[in-house]
Amino acid sequence: MKKTAPFYTNNIEQVESAIFNASRRDFLKLGSILSGGLILGVSFWSCDSSGKKTGTLSTTAYLSISDTGEVTIVAHRSEMGQGIRTSLPLVVADELGADWSKVKIIQAEGDEKKYGNQNTDGSFSIRMFYKPMREAGAIAKAMLLQAAAKAWGLPIEELDTENGQVIHKGSDKKAGFGEFAGAAASLTIPKAETVKLKEDNQFTLIGKGTPIIDLHDIVTGKAGFGSDARLEGMKIAVIKHCPVTGGTVKSVNDTKAKAIPGVLQVITIKGAGLPATLSKPISGVAVIAENTWAAIKGRDALEVEWDLGPNATYNSDEQIEALKKEITKEGTLRRNRGDFNAARAGAKKVIEHTYVAPYLAHATLEPPCALAVVKDGTCEIWAPTQNPQGARDAVANYIGLGADKVKVNITLLGGAFGRKSKPDFILEAAWLAKESGYPVKVQWTREDDIQHDYYHAMSVQHLVATIDANNQLSGWNHHIANPSIGATENAAALQPDDGELMLGASDYPYNVPAIKIETHDAKAHLRIGWLRSVRNIPQAFAICTMMDEVAEARGKDPIEQALELLGDDRNITFAEEMVNGGSYPNYGEDITNYPWNTGRMKAVIERVRKESGWGKKLPKGQGMGFAAHKSFLTYVACVVEVQVDAARKITINKVHYAVDCGLAVNTDRVKSQFEGGAQFSASLALKSAITVKNGIVEQTNFDGYQLIRMPESPKEIYVHIMERNDKPTGVGEPPVPPFTPALANAIYAATGKRVYELPIRI
Amino acid sequence: MATYTIQVNGKTHSVEAMEDMPLLWVLRDLLNLPGTKFGCGKALCGACTVHVNGNPVRSCSYPISAVGTGSVTTIEGLSEEGNHPVQQAWEKLVVPQCGYCQTGQIMTAVALLKQKPNPTDQEIDQAMQGNLCRCGTYNRIKAAIQLAASGKPVLP
Repeated sequence: MKKTAPFYTNNIEQVESAIFNASRRDFLKLGSILSGGLILGVSFWSCDSSGKKTGTLSTTAYLSISDTGEVTIVAHRSEMGQGIRTSLPLVVADELGADWSKVKIIQAEGDEKKYGNQNTDGSFSIRMFYKPMREAGAIAKAMLLQAAAKAWGLPIEELDTENGQVIHKGSDKKAGFGEFAGAAASLTIPKAETVKLKEDNQFTLIGKGTPIIDLHDIVTGKAGFGSDARLEGMKIAVIKHCPVTGGTVKSVNDTKAKAIPGVLQVITIKGAGLPATLSKPISGVAVIAENTWAAIKGRDALEVEWDLGPNATYNSDEQIEALKKEITKEGTLRRNRGDFNAARAGAKKVIEHTYVAPYLAHATLEPPCALAVVKDGTCEIWAPTQNPQGARDAVANYIGLGADKVKVNITLLGGAFGRKSKPDFILEAAWLAKESGYPVKVQWTREDDIQHDYYHAMSVQHLVATIDANNQLSGWNHHIANPSIGATENAAALQPDDGELMLGASDYPYNVPAIKIETHDAKAHLRIGWLRSVRNIPQAFAICTMMDEVAEARGKDPIEQALELLGDDRNITFAEEMVNGGSYPNYGEDITNYPWNTGRMKAVIERVRKESGWGKKLPKGQGMGFAAHKSFLTYVACVVEVQVDAARKITINKVHYAVDCGLAVNTDRVKSQFEGGAQFSASLALKSAITVKNGIVEQTNFDGYQLIRMPESPKEIYVHIMERNDKPTGVGEPPVPPFTPALANAIYAATGKRVYELPIRI
Repeated sequence: MATYTIQVNGKTHSVEAMEDMPLLWVLRDLLNLPGTKFGCGKALCGACTVHVNGNPVRSCSYPISAVGTGSVTTIEGLSEEGNHPVQQAWEKLVVPQCGYCQTGQIMTAVALLKQKPNPTDQEIDQAMQGNLCRCGTYNRIKAAIQLAASGKPVLP
């Protein structure tokens, strides 16, 4: 099957770094004022799997040391709460020996030629850039030391860096980086492989907990989000979007809207129609006004007649009911091991259930918004975007400019979770700026956001587990149906692609002699996108709750069973069992570089068992549940402790996670991602669902589309990080999948009721 | 349209606005005080929380015509140096992730501690339940409120 989902295809290539002396002019463009000093660009060759260079050398990040000793590091990834604006620069600073409290960090604009791929999703920023960032810091350090050795007439081996200074280990001699920055700039840049990186025990920042650099700005209200972008003469646009996916504008009566004080213009936006695409806006009508309130009132006063198109008859409940009937039939075979039919025929016991999960909206607290100005044949954007280069190309295409005439500045993102990787709201701003002649900030309301998302697709799955006469799990049959992300671009895509299947289904890791994974048709009627951890959410929910049920049927402890079925410590693969031309993409990484290791999974399971006090006696109405799930190359095991009272009120008392993400670069942000990941998962486990009637999303705001709030949120969350020095892997998404099934299993332990549908209703 | 004279962060401002314009948009669009955030427009998420006479209000659903002579405090006016004990506690525990909801969370927390200097867990839950955080920082928010309530100086 064709791979279409961009959350893994964009990192399919390996990268190899090289460092070069950047021109001062390039750096000045970024806004740093330097009178002299060392400026290094870090660049990446794209490589194919054999390591052969393909494509062109592109600059990915800049590091500069001014002649006053000021260290400036360019953050080229989008900050959405994961802490990347802190965690990558600190890697550079550690190797360099900079004084972290004085490092200046500036945000890069979206520019593929300069920075390589900046699409910030798929939990891969740390995974991909950890090593190049270390090398950048180490090379700059080597050059400073070389310059200092010459200036002082001392052997380079006796020199080191520390807190922004070059120090002589044999005496008190020391001087700030600025002393040597100018001289270092004229030296030949050493090759990365010749430079010595720090030993792990020499790290001052890596592997420790470093507060985020935007902390003080955030708590004082000074942090600049997309909605805070402002230009002289700027006007505000609020848009009435076609309520049904793919519909178009038939006619507009704007008389009432234009009568509202402050309303300036009414402009129609041409949408993609069908397919809805990942890179075009929705058809709609925009009201441009002096301020947001006038624009909202103007929008609400518009009278628009729509051609709603074929999705106007769509009802999500009907599609789910129809899929529940189809899902037990024979589907398209995707992965096969052994003979499941024989296992079923010879089974002593067969357990089978259908699992249902709803559509979900991202509901970032900052609704989509973007500011654009179009002037003299150029367009400049300020937006909370995960994918500035994708936005730049889409804008160029949509308003008819060359990509080199479009500049995309990245603000802080008020939450993203995959939503802000799509440029639709940015295209609206660019179009409206072009048509109106004003700098225009588009502000989506919450209703726009909930009703016009790129939704996480609903899911219908059917699992069959067979237990043989020897009480062994002898067969595993997983049926999957969900509207595919691919369908947003290509209406012919009716089944999950290999990338979606990889997210917690085709990588089923257990030693079961017969495995059969089948997929079924499910047409898309909404814009389908990706939400934090994507298909891992429903797939881990079904698998990890079924495994709990299998353990019970076998009279086994679920943790013992997981350890048993993972088998001996070894690397396992899936590709050879994929059928019909299918593949196992391993999150875009070669599985020999990032193997699926059963020993590492068993280690996190053992750790969470120990830390959670698994098996301890709990009062009536309380229970513990377990789930283990690897995603985005990170191993996670989770135990949830829950209490269910007589009124069926669910209280989540404790959550324990054990995580192996290789070397944890910033332990505090690893912990915060897991704390937040549990809460994010608690929302979808207990509260959130999008439903569609006559093509229209029924929820409009946080009253209908509910999120977890403090009183019902998990009370205590413990994150146990394995001490590893393997290559680091991402932590943004991996916390989400295992929490929900662990909770469902805990609820079963507390109440005797199994959960087959999300959100959980008991 | 009418002219309103309002007190914000100790200063008097005169603004021209429609009488139903929510205080949120007066602050953000007319007075250029962007620390107060738009989240839902229906008083469902708390991102827009400010104080009017020390009481927390959801400014997205509070029309300018209702402000009258009330004294409005926003995050920008909470402390001179950004060092209110609640802000300090937030920094000490590195509460924020994306940060978008945090100014609203802080304003609600400050109002709670003014009313109840030593709140119980349940009182914190009660006061904070109107403030959504999609990143899920609730555990650290609660810990930061408890830390601020303890009165221990937290930043050097």
